[in-house]
Amino acid sequence: MPHDHHDHDHFHHEGMSPSGHPYRADNDEPLSYWQTMEIAVRELLIEKGHTTPAEIAAQIEAMDARSPANGAAVVARAWVDPAFKQRLLEDASAASREMGFDIGALHLIAVENSDDVHNVIVCTLCSCYPRNLLGLPPDWYKTRAYRSRTVKEPRKVLEEFGVSLPDSTQIRVHDSTADMRYIVLPARPEGTDGMSEQELAQLVTRDSMIGTGLPRTP
Amino acid sequence: MDKVRVKTMMPPGHVRAPAYLRGKTGVIERRLGEFGNPELLAYGHLDGPKQPLYRVRFTMAEIWGDAAERPTDTIDAEIYGHWLEPLDQG
Repeated sequence: MPHDHHDHDHFHHEGMSPSGHPYRADNDEPLSYWQTMEIAVRELLIEKGHTTPAEIAAQIEAMDARSPANGAAVVARAWVDPAFKQRLLEDASAASREMGFDIGALHLIAVENSDDVHNVIVCTLCSCYPRNLLGLPPDWYKTRAYRSRTVKEPRKVLEEFGVSLPDSTQIRVHDSTADMRYIVLPARPEGTDGMSEQELAQLVTRDSMIGTGLPRTP
Repeated sequence: MDKVRVKTMMPPGHVRAPAYLRGKTGVIERRLGEFGNPELLAYGHLDGPKQPLYRVRFTMAEIWGDAAERPTDTIDAEIYGHWLEPLDQG
């Protein structure tokens, strides 16, 4: 009989959802020490009139609005404008500002890929990343595995990302240990001669600017 | 090119010279100018002496020896001047 299971509760929130996936636990565990500290400092700054909740929300919004599209625009400009590329390689901060990107006090270095050289960026000590130009770093960039393996076996790491380089290519790993941040200037893909700067920017992936990927091909 | 060795000291604190490069020899790839010393800044000493910062290039062979995946690949890292000792040109 279909209604024999009287003790079965169809409305509890354990086990599986109606679509057959486990419910995710609510995040109502106690705050950590540093979470409590952050809230306390934030509330004090607001109470004492140094900042406002609206300013904090606006800053978070500005940070979230940064995306790899900014870096892609810089790369595409360098592909079509040799003079800009020269300026980018000499002073990537100034070249990015020239394009209107607010990169703050960031000291940016662009490193160029060629047939002979492939660059890859890592921060072994923490998670330094050119956030003003590329947005927030991917989670894997911050993992101990990526940070420790990229300086030891970059070729193996790159293979796992699907990047197989010829033996003749030298790999340069850049460890962001101090005040500089890095962006890879990937090589312009073959077969893109007729493309506009905007079309070229669509080929530039986030990973191609970290060095763990190559640009798309048209 | 200027040859330098990263000092082998192991002080506590907010040190930005990675342990895997200590005692290793490289060449200065470029000079970056003077920057605040994070070992002081991290503890609120905002007016301490600045340090010259260098990008130093190391070969995988130098860092990992026989365990290097490819001896001629390189690692560039930023190292503050007080962590470097100059070596005779050889």
